[in-house]
Amino acid sequence: MEIPKSFLGYKRENGRAGTRNHVIILPVDDISNACAEAVANNIKGTIALPHSYGRLQFGADLELHFRTMIGTGCNPNVAAVIVIGIEPKWTKKIVDGIAKTGKPVEGFHIERTGDIGTTMKASKKAQEFVMWASEKQREECPLSDLWISVKCGESDTTSGLAANPTVGNLMDKLEPLGVHLCFGETSELTGAEQVCATRGATKEASEKFMKTWSSYNDFILKEATDDLSESQPTAGNIAGGLTTIEEKAFGNFQKIGNCKFIDVLEPAEEPTKGKGLYFMDTSSAAAECVTLQAAAGFNIHLFPTGQGNIVGNPIEPVVKLTANPLTVKGMGEHIDCDVSKILSREMNLSEAGDELIKTTLRVANGRLTCAEALGHREFVMTKLYRSA
Amino acid sequence: MATDIIIHDKKDNVGVVVIEKIAPKQDCACWIMEDDSSTNIQSADEIPLGHKIAMVDLKEGDTILKYGHDIGKVVKSIKKGEHVHVHNVKTKKW
Repeated sequence: MEIPKSFLGYKRENGRAGTRNHVIILPVDDISNACAEAVANNIKGTIALPHSYGRLQFGADLELHFRTMIGTGCNPNVAAVIVIGIEPKWTKKIVDGIAKTGKPVEGFHIERTGDIGTTMKASKKAQEFVMWASEKQREECPLSDLWISVKCGESDTTSGLAANPTVGNLMDKLEPLGVHLCFGETSELTGAEQVCATRGATKEASEKFMKTWSSYNDFILKEATDDLSESQPTAGNIAGGLTTIEEKAFGNFQKIGNCKFIDVLEPAEEPTKGKGLYFMDTSSAAAECVTLQAAAGFNIHLFPTGQGNIVGNPIEPVVKLTANPLTVKGMGEHIDCDVSKILSREMNLSEAGDELIKTTLRVANGRLTCAEALGHREFVMTKLYRSA
Repeated sequence: MATDIIIHDKKDNVGVVVIEKIAPKQDCACWIMEDDSSTNIQSADEIPLGHKIAMVDLKEGDTILKYGHDIGKVVKSIKKGEHVHVHNVKTKKW
């Protein structure tokens, strides 16, 4: 198949391109959710991103909170941002971080004004932003403007046999065209970590990966009260035939095809070494991982599933694929790309990769994903430790 | 011929059932992805889609190979054609 050289995206002030044109209402902290949701309810076409944290965090955990908030606002799928926090200082820090992209952003704080007054002021600005954004047109953008993140979920053995290798086939075909790629799931590489480390493009990248994996593994061993057989693999994984974390890890690892990763990113860290594949240190929980990848600037996500994970994200469209024919039959409304014919050998891996490229480009051009149509907007902050 | 079982790597000692289920004593056609070769096996158990079948006799302490790599250890001996899962295989990690 000849791969199209461009897609239709929204060009942003900083040179990036979006596959979506969202106006978001971003609460700085848990107690500002109500106000953010009230604004999004007032002004049609905006979306609020409520979450559970943002108070009394400190150190690396607080830095991650700010990085996730600012990164989410900076994502090119977002046209403009309203930031609402309880107090002015942290609100301003997030507004200033997002403003560096050149996109419209304005902050509001609730103290001294209350929810109702703040909702009124923020709603007026949100209306202005959404009407401005509604005039933005999709324009032809080079394929290299796609930043593609991947993560699998509710995996079973069909994931490792077919759905994950399909993503790997897409990576092998798109990497030479200059796209950015990102995989994560530090804990779910356990058992395949040595093999994964050999896929670093440089000695530094390999060493950074092993350091990151070891640190995560030490944390898990310290917190574990049993052998983790109830958590990894999950009950869904086991029902699907996956027996051990090692088996799951080698299946997971199929997603990067033959690509080599050029750098290892902190959670929600924006890649700065140019085109190519990056590894990000993330949890293997679906919503947490996708939220971090979106905050790092990735603008379209590929999500292979076996038993049928249904996750979505408010700003980064999540494309689902599966090779499990029972999942297609039982919950087809969640599946954007059906590659189950690989198992019956009516489709080979290269044909499946081509199908996934076609689906990815249709979604990049504006077609809604199943998760978007079904209203999945899971926005979940990663928290590193207890608050003060 | 239709494929009942797919094996990732020719070094593997397990295969994955890719039809809805296989019945006991079913003659199954296996396809090895790595070198596009074929083989056959008779099942001993009923095994559902996505679950593994032992391609050889395995004894306690043996290593299960899939993708050509170590994915765990046998904790209860397994005969060729039997179902391989959490009841007879455990992780070497954690």
